[in-house]
Amino acid sequence: MADKQQQVVVKRARHKSSVKDPGTPGVLKMTKDRFTFMANDPSSPVKLNVEFRTIKGHKFTKDGTKQALLNLTQDQGGNYIFEFENFPDRNVCKDFVASAIALSGEAGRTVPEKSAVPIQDEQLSAAEMERRIKLLQEDSDLQKLHKQFVIGGILSEAEFWATRKKLLEQNYSRRPKQRVALKNDMWSTKPLADGQIFAEKPAVRQAYLNFVPNKMTEKEFWTKYSRAEYLHSTKNVIAAAAEAAEDEELAVFLKQDDMLVNEARKKIRQVDPTLDMEADEGDDYMHLPIQDHGLPRNDNKDVLDSQYEPYRRSFSQHLNQHAAVVLQGRVIDVELGDTRSVAEALARTKHAELAKDASDVYLDKERLERISRMTEIEDLQAPRDPAVAPLSIKDPRDYFDSQQANAFSTLGDTVSGAKQLKCSVSTREAYCSLKECISEIKFQGLTEPTINSEVAFKVLNGLAQNISSNKYHLGRNPNESILDSLPKITREELLLHWSSIQELLKHFWSSYPITTKYLLTKATKLKDAMSQIYPKLQEIKESVQSDLRHQVSLLVQPMLQALDAAFAHYDADVQNRSARSGERPNGF
Amino acid sequence: MSPPVPSKILTDDVSLLMVLIDSNPHFWSSIKPHFSFSKFLSHVLAFLNSILLLNQLNQVVVIATGINSCGYVFDSSSGSVSQRAESLLPKLEEFAENDESLSERDDDSGNGVGSSLLSGSLSMALCYIQRVFRSGPLHPQPRIICLHGSPDGPGQYVAIMNSIFSAQRSMVPIDSCVIGIQHSAFLQQASYITGGVYLKPQQLDGLFQYLATVFATDLHSRNFLQLPKPVGVDFRASCFCHKNTIDMGFICSVCLSIFCKHQKKCSTCGSIFGQAQTRDPSASQQRK
Repeated sequence: MADKQQQVVVKRARHKSSVKDPGTPGVLKMTKDRFTFMANDPSSPVKLNVEFRTIKGHKFTKDGTKQALLNLTQDQGGNYIFEFENFPDRNVCKDFVASAIALSGEAGRTVPEKSAVPIQDEQLSAAEMERRIKLLQEDSDLQKLHKQFVIGGILSEAEFWATRKKLLEQNYSRRPKQRVALKNDMWSTKPLADGQIFAEKPAVRQAYLNFVPNKMTEKEFWTKYSRAEYLHSTKNVIAAAAEAAEDEELAVFLKQDDMLVNEARKKIRQVDPTLDMEADEGDDYMHLPIQDHGLPRNDNKDVLDSQYEPYRRSFSQHLNQHAAVVLQGRVIDVELGDTRSVAEALARTKHAELAKDASDVYLDKERLERISRMTEIEDLQAPRDPAVAPLSIKDPRDYFDSQQANAFSTLGDTVSGAKQLKCSVSTREAYCSLKECISEIKFQGLTEPTINSEVAFKVLNGLAQNISSNKYHLGRNPNESILDSLPKITREELLLHWSSIQELLKHFWSSYPITTKYLLTKATKLKDAMSQIYPKLQEIKESVQSDLRHQVSLLVQPMLQALDAAFAHYDADVQNRSARSGERPNGF
Repeated sequence: MSPPVPSKILTDDVSLLMVLIDSNPHFWSSIKPHFSFSKFLSHVLAFLNSILLLNQLNQVVVIATGINSCGYVFDSSSGSVSQRAESLLPKLEEFAENDESLSERDDDSGNGVGSSLLSGSLSMALCYIQRVFRSGPLHPQPRIICLHGSPDGPGQYVAIMNSIFSAQRSMVPIDSCVIGIQHSAFLQQASYITGGVYLKPQQLDGLFQYLATVFATDLHSRNFLQLPKPVGVDFRASCFCHKNTIDMGFICSVCLSIFCKHQKKCSTCGSIFGQAQTRDPSASQQRK
């Protein structure tokens, strides 16, 4: 293609504001991402410097007409008309512009381009389109293929994606799982709209739902809550008990949170008992100078009566619960204004979770299985089925790499190979000699020494050389292949051609036998695309340095053979078709 | 079967080695000037004894591959004491007798060397391995090594591919040491697919050295040893109808059987291929 060799195109041209305008003569210079026009006359106001990004299309007059015009159109309706001295000049610029527009269009805005292209034979949902676009953005190889074939008009969108359903599904399930966290603000007393208090203290939430607006207004509710908090902060448990006895609603805030307790119990049950947590010095709590995680201990703990137990609150409990809530993040996705709706939403979420856990029998079963596996008593186990390797579809790239040596072997080889061994004795004699050999060993014993030391040495050397030369050729990494020793450009080209050929051949062979006109046009299109790639492969073979030429030709050979077979089949089919259609008018 | 072994003794490198010895008399007489069966046996017996010496718990089982039958000729774990490899000799003689009696009265002189029943011995080896798997949670790591020389019989293609796939599924590598004149496409595929080692020794009188250096390595050690790699694998298949090796053919879309010519009905699964238009098997190209 022209742009590969020419990064810059400079041509004399006239810039016209309309077709009839004689135009200003000047020089048009085009690079990959912009073009500039400088008028010959320095005093002329016509100076252009336009990026190809803004150019949407190009129009041109036919070869042989009066003027060699090239019109570059923009989205907003503006255009630039250039007249060239002759048609070859204009055509060079035209090709360059075409590739530049395609290049900048693809680099800049992939999303709108892709959504504009698919000719909708099928109803695509927005989600499906999104998935495809995302997949294309992530995988540049796929994008190249897509650009080459679908936008090049050789394959349709439906055909391209037909074999890639699995890829699309995988992509779909990889949704972002992160959520926004809550503010880590322990001591704010304001009932924030994000419901942090409700998240941390389910009893308060429950109380709110129950009491407001039936028993008290919101203001009263929060007043009582603040009173309860105040009482807690004084750490006067007895006073708290006393006030709780008087005021029923206050008692709710002062007592320990049963719902929290239940939640904690549930969480403990979910902990994996098979988790191997080995304790080390860092886990030594007992000998810390300060008990209770650095918090001063209340030494009068044991003095209190049992009736005051429910009113005691431990700071560490509060801390843990707060931490858990902050880490969990926003459970409800929506920003709700009203306190009541926040409370309800939270309650609903908790209910849903509970229901899910209750019905999650499968989870339970899995846990039990895991536990039994870790603590199994060997004698009592039933025989287990042996481990098996799962089925997998191999990467076709593996076959590409391992075909190198076989590129030049043809069918003829196996035939000639079989001829080499000839058995000239009868079966009976053959068996006799076999049995003789066995008896020979039985009576004479193994030969001493088993192997001659020189031969052994030679063998070891040979093996070592073989392995090290493989390593040299194939590289340290066993997965490296000859491909990696080629210059990067060649390698990229080869791989691109290989994947394009794979794709084309896949569609080509699947359209046979040709039964409808659609299949016929499809096969023809594919065959044309393949014949374009064919000379490129030949070029690559020739363009590479001489020391690598043999290896490259080994790599290219199977691709050429595959293309040849496809062409042969196509030609044979075309011949058959024409022979048949030639017969028909005679037949009837 | 030996009694279950406590896990402390069953280390990573304990192996169960299934050795498939090619006992095709035609092949051995055709190769006589270069290499004799007795020399071959002495190398192999020395090798088997060394395997048994490498680890007290190693097991070796030898299966002879004849042209009419296959049979077990040695099992190191049978009997109360671990046996030496030489005890396979009388059994091998018996096997040869038996195999001869099964062959037809045809003299076969002047024909090319026929193929031996590789598919049969592969299947027998895999069955033995399955039995070991089911004997308990602790067992040695099994692998199969084929000492093979006879040419590939295209008629065995289907059976061999099936054994290869079951070996792959049970994660049993198939190593191949080819002592014949030409490479064996079946064994190349077998080693490639199952992750084993394929080797065609250049010098047959150094066979013991090859065996001891390359094939004696247990599966655990292979993770950090460099073993010889073949340059390329011949992936060509044979058609199911004529057993010819083909490059391009037809495939049944139901059971993936390969045919060289267009057929009306699949001989494997019985699906009926419609008239050229609708339900033909799609013509597919097999890459070289």
